[in-house]
Amino acid sequence: MTISENSGSLRGRRWFDALTHSAGREGPAPSLQVAEVNIAGQHCYVLLVKPEPENVFPRARAGEVGLLEGWGIAQAIDSIIEANTQAMAKPAVIAVVDVPSQAYGRREEALGIHQSLAAAVSAYARARLAGHPIVSLLVGKAMSGGFLAHGYQANRILALGDEGVQVHAMGKAAAARITLRTEEELDQLASEIPPMAYDLENYASLGMLDALIEVSSADSPDDQDVERVKGEIAHAVSDIKPGDVSLRRRLAGTNRKASRLVREMMRAQWDA
Amino acid sequence: MQTIDLTRPGRTEFLSPVLVGCVGSGDLEVLIESAPEPVASISIKTSVVGSEVRWQQIVDAVDTDLELPAMKMSIHDFGATPGVIRLRMEQALELARKQEVPA
Amino acid sequence: MSSSQSKGFVDLSARKRVEILLDRGSMHELLSPFDKVTSPWLEKQGIVPQFDDGVVVAKGTIGAKSTVIAAIEGSFQGGSLGEVGGAKIAGLLELALEENKKGNPTAAVLLLESGGVRLQEANLGLGAIAEIQAGIVELRTYQPVVGVITGPVGCFGGMSIAAGLCSYLIMTREGRLGLNGPQVIEQEAGIDEYDSRNRDLIWGLTGGTQRFATGLADVLVDDDVDAMCKAVQGCLAKGVPAHHRSDEILGSLENLLKVDTSKQITADVAYQILTGVAKNDDK
Repeated sequence: MTISENSGSLRGRRWFDALTHSAGREGPAPSLQVAEVNIAGQHCYVLLVKPEPENVFPRARAGEVGLLEGWGIAQAIDSIIEANTQAMAKPAVIAVVDVPSQAYGRREEALGIHQSLAAAVSAYARARLAGHPIVSLLVGKAMSGGFLAHGYQANRILALGDEGVQVHAMGKAAAARITLRTEEELDQLASEIPPMAYDLENYASLGMLDALIEVSSADSPDDQDVERVKGEIAHAVSDIKPGDVSLRRRLAGTNRKASRLVREMMRAQWDA
Repeated sequence: MQTIDLTRPGRTEFLSPVLVGCVGSGDLEVLIESAPEPVASISIKTSVVGSEVRWQQIVDAVDTDLELPAMKMSIHDFGATPGVIRLRMEQALELARKQEVPA
Repeated sequence: MSSSQSKGFVDLSARKRVEILLDRGSMHELLSPFDKVTSPWLEKQGIVPQFDDGVVVAKGTIGAKSTVIAAIEGSFQGGSLGEVGGAKIAGLLELALEENKKGNPTAAVLLLESGGVRLQEANLGLGAIAEIQAGIVELRTYQPVVGVITGPVGCFGGMSIAAGLCSYLIMTREGRLGLNGPQVIEQEAGIDEYDSRNRDLIWGLTGGTQRFATGLADVLVDDDVDAMCKAVQGCLAKGVPAHHRSDEILGSLENLLKVDTSKQITADVAYQILTGVAKNDDK
């Protein structure tokens, strides 16, 4: 079996550079970029997982979230939390999301990639609970374990309105192989079953998406695009009030009736 | 998947609500609740399409052996054999009848 | 109790596991099968649902202390999590959290037999798992959250990340813990990377024995009901750990940055990297 070499998407890097005026520095792993910047008046740290062709772990070279990325995200966020324990106004953390998946490999399993991703999830969740506004900006793929580790713990999820922005539990090609369906059949199924869909309109109906931002080009944004996105980020950050640390608002989606019903019934039975 | 609804006359008696089995491969779950009308209504969801006649035969056989009570029986079947289906239905009925009548 | 009377835990159903772990008579199941809240998505795809959607959630006591338990039924749809089952676990953690905030200490035990997200409910499963993870991270600041992986399914996908967030993790030799299932890795990376039919390789890397030896699980127990009850009680009695495994960042990252990836890895090398002890020296 030959594995095609995928060099990874450039979108994440382009948006990260545009939002930070290329002020990024290498994070705790070479595939991570971190910047501390002001975005439309808001003090923000911006985090990116990017393709790194030289990554020592070969299964994590195309922007996947692997062993180094999970622990690295955790360390980057931990130092933000620590640097701001006394701060009255906690700076925001912006996750620029363009992750094709988690890393699939033998070393990854052997060395506990699940634990590495748990570290990243924990760090994002602890930052949110500590009062840091967390905002995810989806500019490309937001897939499965990669998205859980980098972005899904955010108070707000924003996305560019573009076909290349996709959220799912498994990439389409892999899902087709695993479920023995064609990609066309998956699309057909997705048109009837909103949680199966890859597009953002269906995703928004699940209540997870807070804003869909229209841009002229998701691949090479112009100044107006960048300003609009900065404005949306700043708006999301200021909309997150102190004490607003839960993910409860996601339950309001039209296609999440069962998620609400389950909680209502359990609450009613709790003291019964 | 196919949905099949069957009814038979049912004798009114005390039944405890019970659940047996699991919707695993080759297995089924059978849930029994009591019903006020003297009817045994059996509602089946099965992964085996075109199995209505088979289900009627199984229900009749169980009725002959155990005499169906007034009840609502709900079944989720994941391709169980007739033998497993009968076993689960009988297990569920015996359990529903066995439990103590509350004081 | 004589060993001839020992009773296995692995073969028990999810509901039975919950009943056995809780103090006798204390089990109060929430959203039981008789509530019949099934998956709204499976039937639309021609798949027979289950009355509890494959997840049992209950409150009760363990050693007289308030505890919530969630158990995933591995034999329904491979223990995959969809909207309803996911909401049951997330909702349970949220209710336990409220109790703690009201001043009523309430711990949690999670029995994680899961293939991860249910692909037929993809984004709702993934979203629910994010909420379960959020629930664990917040709840574990008040009371321990104990994860249990016994097999036969093992714990994979997003739920393996949830396992990594638990205060304590209990495994049996029959349990496996990994992010990606063997077939998916083979599919994505090739058979040379991961041969999903090579049982020794897979169990050697991801089985309970190795996870315990390398510090990725806290307790290794026999497949025995009494041993499991004792292990769970023991973890709950330890209270909230000073450091959660997920937050021991610096050492973990340093170790990984030093890994020689020119050769493929073995279980012994993984052991050496994760523990700092060469396998041969370890008697």
